[in-house]
Amino acid sequence: MLTVENLSVSFVTRMGTTKAVDDISFTVESGKITAIIGESGSGKSVACYSLLGLIPQPPGRIDGGRVMFENQDLLQLKPEQLRKIRGRDIAMVFQDPMTCLNPYMTIGNQLMEPLLYHKHVSQAQARKRALELLEEVGIRDPASTIDNYPHQFSGGMRQRVMIAMALINEPKLLIADEPTTALDVTIQAQILQLLAGLQTKRDIGILFISHDLAVVADIADQIVVMQAGRIVETGDRDAIFRNAHHPYTQKLLQAIPRGGKAVELPATEPLVQVRNLCTWFQSGKTSVKAVDNVSFDVLRGEVLGLVGESGSGKSTIGRSLLRLVPVTSGEVHFDGIDVTALQGRGLKNLRRRMQFIFQDPFASLNPRMTVYDTLAEPLLLHGIENRSTVGAHVLKLMDDVGLARAFVRKYPHEFSGGQRQRIAIGRALATRPEFIVADEPVSALDVTIQAQILELMRGLGREYGLTMLFITHDLAVVRQLADRIVVLQKGKIVEQARTEDLFESPQQQYTQQLLHSIPGRSLMELNA
Amino acid sequence: MDAPTITDIAQAEQGSSLWRDAWLRLRRNRLAVFGLAVLSFFIVIALLTPWIAPYAYAQQQLELGATPPSAAHWLGTDIFGRDMLTQIMYGGRISLAVGFIATSVALLIGITWGAIAGYFGGKVDALMMRLVDILYALPFMIFIVLLMVVFGRNMLLLFLAIGAVEWLTMARIMRSQVQSLRQQEFVEAAISLGLSPATIIRRHLVPNALGPIIVYTTLTIPSVMLLEAFLSFLGLGVQPPQTSWGLLIAYGAETMEEYPWLLLYPGLTLVLTLFSLNFLGDGLRDALDVRGAKD
Repeated sequence: MLTVENLSVSFVTRMGTTKAVDDISFTVESGKITAIIGESGSGKSVACYSLLGLIPQPPGRIDGGRVMFENQDLLQLKPEQLRKIRGRDIAMVFQDPMTCLNPYMTIGNQLMEPLLYHKHVSQAQARKRALELLEEVGIRDPASTIDNYPHQFSGGMRQRVMIAMALINEPKLLIADEPTTALDVTIQAQILQLLAGLQTKRDIGILFISHDLAVVADIADQIVVMQAGRIVETGDRDAIFRNAHHPYTQKLLQAIPRGGKAVELPATEPLVQVRNLCTWFQSGKTSVKAVDNVSFDVLRGEVLGLVGESGSGKSTIGRSLLRLVPVTSGEVHFDGIDVTALQGRGLKNLRRRMQFIFQDPFASLNPRMTVYDTLAEPLLLHGIENRSTVGAHVLKLMDDVGLARAFVRKYPHEFSGGQRQRIAIGRALATRPEFIVADEPVSALDVTIQAQILELMRGLGREYGLTMLFITHDLAVVRQLADRIVVLQKGKIVEQARTEDLFESPQQQYTQQLLHSIPGRSLMELNA
Repeated sequence: MDAPTITDIAQAEQGSSLWRDAWLRLRRNRLAVFGLAVLSFFIVIALLTPWIAPYAYAQQQLELGATPPSAAHWLGTDIFGRDMLTQIMYGGRISLAVGFIATSVALLIGITWGAIAGYFGGKVDALMMRLVDILYALPFMIFIVLLMVVFGRNMLLLFLAIGAVEWLTMARIMRSQVQSLRQQEFVEAAISLGLSPATIIRRHLVPNALGPIIVYTTLTIPSVMLLEAFLSFLGLGVQPPQTSWGLLIAYGAETMEEYPWLLLYPGLTLVLTLFSLNFLGDGLRDALDVRGAKD
């Protein structure tokens, strides 16, 4: 149905010409899902956006190729003709449903807009059609929610609305750009199911763009693997997963986290004891119970996984332990010291012993400080080094986290996500803390980078003798790293158990549901 | 693992790198260098004026009257036969002093005030910003007239009065900048390292908020200079025979048709200063943005 032949796209800037997409060819058949897999910068999004004339030109430039859709070359069409096809025959679903919906329009009006524009139907008919679609994508009680605004929906529901919007003109091809990346695992599983169902029921072709092989493992028919603007491997799903030929595909497959942690730790005494911790946020007259009466221990030398979906309070617990948010009630003991009561000098000394690694390495580094300044700051602050000796220590830290010394004078924006996270880890380790809270430290990174950073953290954990609280939504990741796991839901602990026990015999229904939502289950079965 | 080599460490030693890098980038910006050169030139002239001015500033030659530029008087003379070049040089002392001192006062108070309010938020913020609102609401002219009446006419007071008005906007800009930066994780990271609020504001927040502040500063300096001219024109600022660029322009404008050079030269001087300020301000803003190209 859609055939892309030898498409090349480049970007022309003052710095020179960059080939973003280099001579790629693939097809999408109706009733099938074709997945394009690649890491950020691999050109997968550029390729799909240029099909629809959605890349700005200049700086973008289409160097050649053909995109055949229903016997016409999309690249040769005039903008007006293309606009007719876009939204009618080919629709798109984007990664972030919030930024793609107009916050000042009800979802009903946004749904009806393309109908009124492309099909010239009456207001009443359009509304009826919108209601049917909302029903189809699984919005509960559409009749009463159709006049709501986007912010009144949750992330998963907004993505459903986006899908409904894409479907409203009964397109023949749906392009989905990382449609589940911003969603929780259980919601992700639902959306994937929805897409797979639509494809069979409506017989439309889906082009699914993703950075995560595991996500598409369950639904894709065809898989196209891209690296640095080129297609390195194409094949049907089983062929790719069973015998991938290209080393890059093999690397991607290996980066999918699976299996458990190898070494067993001897039981030790607790380093951190959390008792009846409550952290509530005041919003207007009501208080939101972000963390509600939570108790657990972190044993010395272990990695404790704290797992939950967004809104489960997992980040708030981490921040409460380190006194980054005010605790409402309860106790946190660190090595016998009550953390919640500390002030001034005592608190500063404690901060030296416990550190935080943040999720987003783009936000957690001061953009105007060089690596040197960032790493030297904690060393100088806590009097570990003085101005004349700090240089050598900074370089030692850079060695430890695997950053080339030549980068010492560079600013954060000059680094990739993985390198930035290395800087952030270096900063957290500078004071040689005993306890680290890592809040989703790899979820903003590409899969292969994710594997590297996890490996680094494992190694440094051993070398520095760290105790770690590892906060994540990703069960597959935490399984590799954690000794024990605490599962959270809506601010309360659902279940806590040793990692293997939790994966083999989850006791609670919610835990079972979480385990079922791990993407790539069919992949594990394939490999088993 | 190698021991750190000498060059590694020497490279690492160069501590606070933001300003050094900014200076390197600024030097490559021709317009900004031009602006800096012109401003420095004017400032040096202003400092040396009492020794290098061709005439005494109050010296009148009534018999001469207004003459166009000549060999004896390069920029001509005014209706009292006073040398225009001398007038402009002395006027520059006042104008530049008002511009830079009043703006510095505004910057210092505004940045500190806004950063503290934005960083701590809540009650502190509400209290501090309500005070700003109240001062905003006071009619500026009445405020200045009152000051002048109570304390007598005095240059220093003029600087302070103008600075005291201009810092309000600066504080608001700074506060909103800090408020949005405050939400970012690198600030949280700094807290978890154990840095004190003062250090976080100084090292992490102010450098990241400088862009808009610099742009606003380059707008403030000229507006302060014009404000001084306005006050002087009303008789509240400097008085003849003392003068400033603003006053020279005001008087020049009255006799524009008969003696155009009386308006032209002070006007050109002011225009050149303002252009230079804008070039320098733009250059500084770009130079402080580390995301800009390094070479």
